[in-house]
Amino acid sequence: MVPIGHYLFLSAALLGIGIVGVVTRRNVIIILMSVELILNAVNINLIAFSRLVGSVEGQIFALFIITDAAAEAAVGLGIIIAFFRNRETVLADEMDILKW
Amino acid sequence: MLDSVTFYIFATLAVVSGILVVTRRNVVHSAIFLATALLATAGIFLTLHAEFLFIVQIIVYTGGITVLYVFVIMLVNLDVALHQVQFNRQWLVALLLTVVLGAQVVAALALSRGTLYNMPPAPVTQLEPNTEQVAWGLFHTYMLPFEVVSVLLLVAMIGAVVMSKKRV
Repeated sequence: MVPIGHYLFLSAALLGIGIVGVVTRRNVIIILMSVELILNAVNINLIAFSRLVGSVEGQIFALFIITDAAAEAAVGLGIIIAFFRNRETVLADEMDILKW
Repeated sequence: MLDSVTFYIFATLAVVSGILVVTRRNVVHSAIFLATALLATAGIFLTLHAEFLFIVQIIVYTGGITVLYVFVIMLVNLDVALHQVQFNRQWLVALLLTVVLGAQVVAALALSRGTLYNMPPAPVTQLEPNTEQVAWGLFHTYMLPFEVVSVLLLVAMIGAVVMSKKRV
């Protein structure tokens, strides 16, 4: 097995890329894609430790996270479609109707 | 040997396509590189002997979520957004966050170098009938979280239908 630190570095790199995407992009669809990258980084960590310890529970929690990502993508993209129908924009800094 | 070669190939693929997801101007290209990154992650799961999650990752992420993204990109007309500024002026915040995160990871690995690095991995046979073990844990030890997750999926399904209805 490759040393566990390499898996942790890969996961941290994907997490950093995802955070940069969430913070700097203006397009909401790409922000949601970056959230998917972050959730994937978490999954890599969980499964690497599951392999190291020899217990299957990390994989079960990764399964829960995949389910959560699917739910989040469905609801988030539904919100994007509803918002686009009302305001004709997909840019995050123009979504300010709740700002007072 | 083969194990580490496959790991480094898939890791490079995942990181490079992750960077491309964040930096491309066209959203369709981002969606395609997202599919590549998710497939590379599935390969990494395979090197970790998580065969069931490898298949689930390909079916749910690449086959389900990415297709959902592509459909939404088709529904949302993006020709206008393509010619606007793609990044907002928050690169300083992003830089700060990633530097703090990187420092945390390096510090944690340096502190645990004696224990974590030298810890021998468990024998592969301990995870051997992978699908059976996952199923046993899912339907025996983690029965209640499993049911809660199914309720979450139901809520998400209803929420997605309600959100994309014509008149709310």
